[in-house]
Amino acid sequence: MALLEVEGLVKHFVAERSLFGRALAHVKAVDGVSFSLEAGKTLALVGESGCGKSTVSRLVLRLIEPDAGTVRFDGRDLLSLDASGLRAFRREAQIIFQDPYASLNPRMTVGQILTEPLVLHDLVPPARRAERVAELLRLVGLEPRLARRYPHEFSGGQRQRIAIARALAVEPKLIICDEPVSALDVSIRSQILNLLRELQDRLGLAYIFVSHDLAVVKHIADHVAVMNLGQIVETAEADALFAAPRHPYSRALLSAIPVPKPRAKSSRIVLQGEIPSALNPPAGCRFHTRCPYVVERCRSEMPRLVPDGIGHATACHRTSELPSSAAIVPMDGGFSPVLEKLVAAFSGGPEAARGGGVSSLGADPA
Amino acid sequence: MSASPLIEISDLRIRFHGDDGRVTHAVDSVDLSVANGATLGLVGESGCGKSVTSLAIMGLLPKQSAEISGAIRFDGFDLLTTPDQTLRDLRGNRLAMIFQEPMTSLNPSLTIGDQIIETILRHRGGSRKSARDRAIELLRRVHIPSPERRIDEYPHKLSGGMRQRVMIAMALACDPRLLIADEPTTALDVTLQAQILELMRELKAASGAAIILITHDLGVVAEVCDEVAVMYAGQIVERAPVDELFSAPQHPYTVGLLGSIPRLDHRAEQLATIEGMVPNMAQPPAGCRFAARCPFVLDACTKAPPPLIEVSAGHLSRCIRAPLELLVA
Repeated sequence: MALLEVEGLVKHFVAERSLFGRALAHVKAVDGVSFSLEAGKTLALVGESGCGKSTVSRLVLRLIEPDAGTVRFDGRDLLSLDASGLRAFRREAQIIFQDPYASLNPRMTVGQILTEPLVLHDLVPPARRAERVAELLRLVGLEPRLARRYPHEFSGGQRQRIAIARALAVEPKLIICDEPVSALDVSIRSQILNLLRELQDRLGLAYIFVSHDLAVVKHIADHVAVMNLGQIVETAEADALFAAPRHPYSRALLSAIPVPKPRAKSSRIVLQGEIPSALNPPAGCRFHTRCPYVVERCRSEMPRLVPDGIGHATACHRTSELPSSAAIVPMDGGFSPVLEKLVAAFSGGPEAARGGGVSSLGADPA
Repeated sequence: MSASPLIEISDLRIRFHGDDGRVTHAVDSVDLSVANGATLGLVGESGCGKSVTSLAIMGLLPKQSAEISGAIRFDGFDLLTTPDQTLRDLRGNRLAMIFQEPMTSLNPSLTIGDQIIETILRHRGGSRKSARDRAIELLRRVHIPSPERRIDEYPHKLSGGMRQRVMIAMALACDPRLLIADEPTTALDVTLQAQILELMRELKAASGAAIILITHDLGVVAEVCDEVAVMYAGQIVERAPVDELFSAPQHPYTVGLLGSIPRLDHRAEQLATIEGMVPNMAQPPAGCRFAARCPFVLDACTKAPPPLIEVSAGHLSRCIRAPLELLVA
């Protein structure tokens, strides 16, 4: 049985009200989203700003209430939980946010931040709490003595580690990662990605990973759901999706990834036109205004997400007629042979590098 | 010897004097040049000095707190000694800049047309009518649909991608010789990023302007730059033609950066990481600034600052262990 099953999730926000409070316009942020997630796996939600990926992640935690649909977590119906049931659920599902500067209370020490969930859920007797805090800090690669410090004394990457430690304090089964590395520098980003992966292996965590960085998604996700204007247009195993995206929107999205290889062969599809507003999404297929393969049927009839029987589902009327997409995702060719060795030596530390037994000294600076 | 470069920066040093008396060495002995029609990528992480360098070129650093030395030669001027009045004639005219955040760099209380027309009238003069025609033409060039109508809209009515196009249109208003783009696509979705990069390539081909592109995204660099300068802790640590930088980097920091980005064609269990932290720039280390985080460090690295040496033609590295391929041969 899947850890998380989401069925027909709908959330419309009221965008405008009349003088008497009657709703005049709705933003259809999430409009009929279904997916499931196995324990210990990672599902990535990808799409452009405003496609509803963050709203979905908040609906799954019941941080906001859906208008329709069901969310089942470990067999329980989340939407029927009362306050105490919901509190118990929050022990099993946590969230980390993009901005580690805004998501930690600046007036609390790291020790207090990490002790709070232990107290709230009465997880650890008072005498053992300091010990547990130290353990959590070690788990995310920070020294236990740092528990006395305040968030402002840490760098962005370290703060994200603290946010992860706080999420881990309650021993959850699911962590929602909402753009967890977008605000971080490249070298720090790789540390956090490595940490998330290591924790998943050790603790059997499931992740919902919300990101607009597709290379990161390819690296971390088992499954990917591509969203456009509140709907999932394609869902597949990450490897299958990146090998051959089917939906025209996924094709455009994946073909646009800038790859770290000069003169990479590219069959980029540059979408023309603007992203339509979720306030008034187009009739029929919501992608039809920007789709290079649009036909008359797309303008009137909304395509359903049709599974192919081997784990790949696409919501497009023309799935079977579209040209092959095998070469659409740009190739970065991996590392050059020299770079491959250098990166290995870089990660292996001083010993690996000195093993070469080469001494090369440049001219002494004046 | 090729023709003289469009812009040549030599021995640029920038120090900031803080209110508390502390001095931060933001940029240290930076040498750079960009030829006409070329695109230089300036790469590095937060705080490495890449944006400060670009602000120095534009003459936008605060005079009270920033102490600048060296020379920035552009089009017959030394920008560091040019009087403010002349600098104002150059900025927005032959020198233009686009910023990361198009929302905060457009004036919310003026229409986009007014903002573009203001630039044209300031530098080119002429009638308001002809300036307006040119503004419409510019909006069309950056692919804004129905520019005759859009020109009278306020910035808040436009999406992020549109605003960035308006910024580009404004930067191009007087056909600049040099365009500095500071993280122009960082705030944008990947589909819009593709559109903007395409647009920049198209405009460069049409106008022959030189571009300095400041970014932390190595994918973007690979896509649009001819040459790359990697900055770390206020210094250029490596400078190379783009192909060489990505296939055979000569500074350990560049190796770490390239190893830490996830690849599409290569599923690594672990990404490379750069351990440790950037040095405190109030007291930069005596030797190599990367030494404390470098796995290839030798004793000599911490003793004296390494010079920028030419490893192969046009490929410079500030590392005494270069050429690095000898370390893994």
